[in-house]
Amino acid sequence: MPTVAPLDLEGHVVGVAFLKGVPFFAEATGAIHRLDLGHKTTEVHEGLLSLVVDEANDTLLTGGEDGKVMRTAADGTTSLVAEAPRKWIAQVAAGPQGAVAYAYGKTTHVRLADGTTKEFTEERTVEGLAFAPKGLRVGAARYNGVSLHWVGTSGQPIDLDWKGAHTGVTFSPDGRFLVTTMQENALHGWKLDAKPGAEARHMRMTGYPAKVKSLSWSAKGKWLASSGASAAIVWPFQGKDGPMGKAPLELGTRADIMVTSVCCHPAEDIVAIGYQDGMILGARFADSKEVLLRRPGKGAITAMAWNKDGRQLAFGSAEGDCGVVDIAG
Amino acid sequence: MTETSPQKPIPVTVLTGYLGAGKTTLLNRILSENHGRKYAVIVNEFGEIGIDNDLIVESDEEIYEMNNGCVCCTVRGDLIRVVEGLMRRPGRFDAIIVETTGLADPVPVAQTFFMDDDVRAKTELDAVVALVDAKHLPLRLKDSREAEDQIAFADVVLLNKTDLVTPEELERIEATVRVINPSARIYRTQRSDIDLAKVLDQGAFNLERALENDPHFLDQDDHEHDHTCGPDCGHDHHHHHHDHDHHHHDHDHDHDHDHHHHHHDAPSPIHDVTVQSISLRGGEMNPDRFFPWIQKITQTDGPNILRLKGIIAFAGDAERYVVQGVHMIIEGDHQRAWKEGEKRESRLVFIGRDLDREKLERTFKACEAQPN
Repeated sequence: MPTVAPLDLEGHVVGVAFLKGVPFFAEATGAIHRLDLGHKTTEVHEGLLSLVVDEANDTLLTGGEDGKVMRTAADGTTSLVAEAPRKWIAQVAAGPQGAVAYAYGKTTHVRLADGTTKEFTEERTVEGLAFAPKGLRVGAARYNGVSLHWVGTSGQPIDLDWKGAHTGVTFSPDGRFLVTTMQENALHGWKLDAKPGAEARHMRMTGYPAKVKSLSWSAKGKWLASSGASAAIVWPFQGKDGPMGKAPLELGTRADIMVTSVCCHPAEDIVAIGYQDGMILGARFADSKEVLLRRPGKGAITAMAWNKDGRQLAFGSAEGDCGVVDIAG
Repeated sequence: MTETSPQKPIPVTVLTGYLGAGKTTLLNRILSENHGRKYAVIVNEFGEIGIDNDLIVESDEEIYEMNNGCVCCTVRGDLIRVVEGLMRRPGRFDAIIVETTGLADPVPVAQTFFMDDDVRAKTELDAVVALVDAKHLPLRLKDSREAEDQIAFADVVLLNKTDLVTPEELERIEATVRVINPSARIYRTQRSDIDLAKVLDQGAFNLERALENDPHFLDQDDHEHDHTCGPDCGHDHHHHHHDHDHHHHDHDHDHDHDHHHHHHDAPSPIHDVTVQSISLRGGEMNPDRFFPWIQKITQTDGPNILRLKGIIAFAGDAERYVVQGVHMIIEGDHQRAWKEGEKRESRLVFIGRDLDREKLERTFKACEAQPN
């Protein structure tokens, strides 16, 4: 039986992560909590807006209402990465070779390991940022599409155009696909290895009753799980054309309770599904079998993360009731 | 912590008006008044006049057209993001004020609070307040559509800087504002000095309250109909009649070197005004006719409709039904029981452009319930 070790915080949890096996919980207030032989807290921002894990060096990158980009290490020590006074840093991304990207307004700023910086300006506000898994390439989601920039060269960006507001972006782990969340209740995908202009290049993933706010690639990028419905919607990406012409899996369906967060297991074809009411289910892709990981709580699940061996799942909610599920019990 | 209790929606007040009309002055009045309320302020850019508040967010106007084929379905992406961020820490403020740029279109700002589910779930648009520079309005109306749109879309208009114009000019300016927007409440102010109870907590988009406390609702611009004023109608109709002598254009521009001559005998009361309002009045309505009609009108004429408001009497229904809309968005609900002695009639006002008055009047009438 899975067991839950709770951690009760006061406010909205923006992100959770494991660093060197230690669970971290980042509150919107700017406090970052960790369970490392007891509950420890570091005040990192005056208001925290965004969080990503920098896998390359097991640190957290966060952006804040205070205009700062901060790095937090597993022992809780912090360092300032960049600062833009009075700007809200709602987008941060961690790239290969120690690169960090952050954005405010229409401009993406990339800071390389050697301290040099590059700027890429779009015509519209940058709403989502992600690095490609290979090569130093950053994708900036914006109105009417995504701009792909090679950071090391001064070449022209590649524009992936699709009408509408794109609010988030993710590359598949193999780098063959790029998927955006949209202001409308849909995802849009591009097959990056298709010829420009080819019909198969675009992937429209629609039918959601709500905006999609959480995306998670399964192990080896075979599936993409998403929130935005009363089930986790899991699109198949094994084939060369991705999900085109295929129906998604619908896992953990509950009547009228929306899925708010999804997080795929690091090794198995299993997804943790967090709901509006704070419940968390685990569901297996192969047979849709479900297991209860956490009973409903105070608020909607806003973030989840597995540890490296996939035995523990950290979660946070909109009302601050957090915890760690040990699936082995 | 009281996080388990459902949160009351946070009221949002939108301030519009041209640069120099007095928005920041009003904003600072709101923030400095000793009312015990805490505000989050969203501004387009930190202006030259400081804003004295702890929580100010800068936000670049980012207009989204929705991918539904409807050109008027626009929202402000930047507001969606900022409101989402603010609402993650709701304890910091009791209300939100959005100060728009002088040229901002108020429609996407307002529609954000209806069309985005996340924003709608946590906030409630309270009112759109337009500041008008009494001295410069005629010039603004000549220059741009935005000035007119801001007035047409407002719930409250502050006719500001009244000390810079003569009483006669002021009368004409107010008449102009009234022609553009017959249902707004208009206040004359200097240096944005206004009782804040007239600006805040208006509930202008709240169906239960919107039309209840609106003395001017539908009482203007319908002199072609035989209507009688309600007891709370204290305004002067005369300066809106079409046969009224309007020479404001001359007055306002007689310092111009080469102003154009207009036809002063034309029926249009005010020059440079392209917004019209159409007030409809009828008896008891048949819901089976009315609802398909209003749906169709808002679908086909939605792009031309800035605002609509109405009180509908349905045959056999003990309660008043209220409707309001912005472009193609329309919502309605029962409001309260008809009071004893209250005239059971249906009233609807459209503010917009290029509206077909004859068609609206005829088709509205056709929705009336047939007497038994």
